[in-house]
Amino acid sequence: MKYSDYYAALGVERGASQDEIKKAYRRLAQKYHPDVSKEPEAEARFKEIAEAYQTLKDPGKRAAYDELGKRPQGEEFRPPPDWTRQHAAGDGPGEGQFSFEDMDFADLFSRFGARRGGGAHGSGTGGTPGQDFEIPVEISLEDAFRGTTLELQLQMPEYDESGGVRRVPRTVKARVAPGAVDGQRLRLPGKGGKGFNGGRDGDLYLDITLKPHALYRATGHDLYVDLPLAAWEAALGASVEVPTLAGAVNLKVPAGTNSGRKLRLSGRGLPKPRGGAGDLFAVAQIVMPSQLSDRERELYESLRQAAGTNPRDHFAEHA
Amino acid sequence: MNHESEVWWLDEQRVVSLEELAQLSGLSSTELLELVHCGALTVREERGATCYFAAQTISVARTAGRLRDELELDVSGLGVALRLLERVRGLEAEIARLRALLPHD
Repeated sequence: MKYSDYYAALGVERGASQDEIKKAYRRLAQKYHPDVSKEPEAEARFKEIAEAYQTLKDPGKRAAYDELGKRPQGEEFRPPPDWTRQHAAGDGPGEGQFSFEDMDFADLFSRFGARRGGGAHGSGTGGTPGQDFEIPVEISLEDAFRGTTLELQLQMPEYDESGGVRRVPRTVKARVAPGAVDGQRLRLPGKGGKGFNGGRDGDLYLDITLKPHALYRATGHDLYVDLPLAAWEAALGASVEVPTLAGAVNLKVPAGTNSGRKLRLSGRGLPKPRGGAGDLFAVAQIVMPSQLSDRERELYESLRQAAGTNPRDHFAEHA
Repeated sequence: MNHESEVWWLDEQRVVSLEELAQLSGLSSTELLELVHCGALTVREERGATCYFAAQTISVARTAGRLRDELELDVSGLGVALRLLERVRGLEAEIARLRALLPHD
């Protein structure tokens, strides 16, 4: 396992008082808490801070941590046998075979808490509930439209017989029905960490985000797509083919369409989970050629002569 | 494991009772009702003596549970934090909607 310098994580000296540790944690937690922070890497940083505080706020755990000595952050190490016998290994016959395989540094101290019958494990009669987990999942717009089955490879903590925690690989399959939107949350009951001593299993929460799409922009169940139009199509009207997630459809562009006008294709957005669908909006973009042929230039000149309106007429009212 | 897991959509349609919400969020029923009282959570319906919440409230209540435990906020602080987070989410949704109107680069 890799050593974590909990004092460095909280930015305090090794001899800091409990009050200094608490103040440092509060200051950093307010800055990096993932529910309120927009700092980059806030979630990972908060995890380090919270892990450090869980150990250092408890005088017993802190003393055990201090016994490990000061080491470089991230150094690969194994706790000495004496330390293990005193703080981590169970009292049963398996003590001699205690292994640090599949164990995080933080798990070491949750195990320490379990031996003392307190800490994270509590002492109630209903056992210890498994931990809930919330993980971000990115899916494509096509998968949101058609539905998809996610196969998640997770490392879940599980309690062993003595109440210690180990990371166990687990595969969870979840069917996401058509109609997920950006920010949709799903709950998988009982698929989080395993409970201990009769406690219920934790839940797994999935936070869905949609991958950016080359063509469409999604907002809720509605989709937007740019609709490039030639100047004459915008002026005279046209019937044009527009791609949708269910295949191309024909759209009638009314004569006199300006750039930015939204043309609605009802029910062509993302399906809603309980029936119906959002809309697809084709946003008109009038596209001019970067170079004109002689013939085109001639026709535009004629158009200038024939034009009866000035698009900037309203400027005069404010001059 | 080959079978697919049960999936709950945390949306407006499914409801959870006050007791379920307390179990899922780690908050007590009293704390949840105080958050209802200060307008941070909304009761969907009342049946007899029990009130029910839309399943999407689970996310909000879990956030409140984390903020209480990890930032050591009391219920008044939670109420303010939840309302501000809701405003941020509303503004972010509005920005996303307006960005969707802009043409691709």
